[in-house]
Amino acid sequence: MSFINYSAREISCKIVYYGPGLCGKTTNLHYIYNKVNPDSKGKMISLATKTERTLFFDFLPLALGSIKGFKVRFHLYTVPGQIFYDASRKLILRGIDGVIFVADSQVERTEANIESLENLSKNLKEQGYELENLPYIIQYNKRDLPNVVPLDEMERILNPRKVPSYEAVAPKGTGVFETLKEVAKMVILELKKRS
Amino acid sequence: MINQGLVLYDEDYKLIDTELVRLNQLANAKVSFLVDKDGQLIASVGETANIDTTSLASLTAGNIAATGGMAKLLGEKEFSLLFHEGVKDNIHISLVGQRAILVIIFDNRSSLGLVRLRAKKSVIVLSDILANLIKKMETSSHTKEGATFFTEITEDDIENLFS
Ligand SMILES: Nc1nc2c(ncn2[C@@H]2O[C@H](COP(=O)(O)OP(=O)(O)OP(=O)(O)O)[C@@H](O)[C@H]2O)c(=O)[nH]1
Ligand SMILES: [Mg+2]
Repeated sequence: MSFINYSAREISCKIVYYGPGLCGKTTNLHYIYNKVNPDSKGKMISLATKTERTLFFDFLPLALGSIKGFKVRFHLYTVPGQIFYDASRKLILRGIDGVIFVADSQVERTEANIESLENLSKNLKEQGYELENLPYIIQYNKRDLPNVVPLDEMERILNPRKVPSYEAVAPKGTGVFETLKEVAKMVILELKKRS
Repeated sequence: MINQGLVLYDEDYKLIDTELVRLNQLANAKVSFLVDKDGQLIASVGETANIDTTSLASLTAGNIAATGGMAKLLGEKEFSLLFHEGVKDNIHISLVGQRAILVIIFDNRSSLGLVRLRAKKSVIVLSDILANLIKKMETSSHTKEGATFFTEITEDDIENLFS
């Protein structure tokens, strides 16, 4: 949930990366963390298993700059994608301002993508949100792999509403900042609409 | 209403800050801070220089959310108090109304009994301040300053953040 602090002249927003296990959510955050210059970021926190699977969440605070004298902060979170961590996933959605659904483009993950997207919609409802009313975009990740579903087919399956979408190769950074920038724009324009 | 973010004005910030300073002194604590339940830091006082308050805020919120989830499974309302004891530093966490969390970090210069007592008193004061703030958010829209800020913002401004 956005936090507008007139005293410190700051605005903070919460953006969540959602998607099936191993789709590349944490990799997106790592790439961003490594690229952003030190004074624009805080520590990245990963609550993960020994095998680097997200257990609760990853957290990366960004302060990229100011707009008209207000410092704009983005708090990026990832959820754990593995199915059995659903209880934790729900908690991370609290206070969300925008969501990026990261899909795994590999053919064999098609089912997992669909399930995860349905899970997102259901969990948002439980927290009192509707995906339709939230700044929301899709990232088709792992486009570098040989066995990927063609883009138009992924769009047909996962994006009936035609929200903005980007192809990505997260470890190389392809599409990573484009995705973040787009959702950031939507989040701030939403705040503007509500003010 | 539940989906509306907090809006903090200067006068409310000052009230919160004053109460935190008082608490931090009376409790002999190292650091005291107030976090919104979603993990945003509202205010912090004390020896904050060596402490990553942004990270702590997010983890505190995660911690409260997780124990809240556990409470729900057990049919409890919510655990209103958490305490973590370390070798050197201890963390005392308590809920402030529906929207915020009070965190007090202290070492052996203080004691759990003292911190608990002072926290209890401050939670009452802080709850009032926050309740007022939320009431204000419900009745009035943003201040004039905020309204101009938001109407003047353009897509280019946001684009520039990333350049
Ligand atoms: N080839 C390729 N591998 C990727 C890509 N993105 C991520 N990976 C790899 O996929 C694996 C899982 O990535 P993570 O970022 O940990 O996945 P996650 O979505 O955070 O997974 P959970 O935490 O379990 O939900 C890692 O080994 C990444 O290096 C990609 O675009 N291409
Ligand atoms: Mg992960």
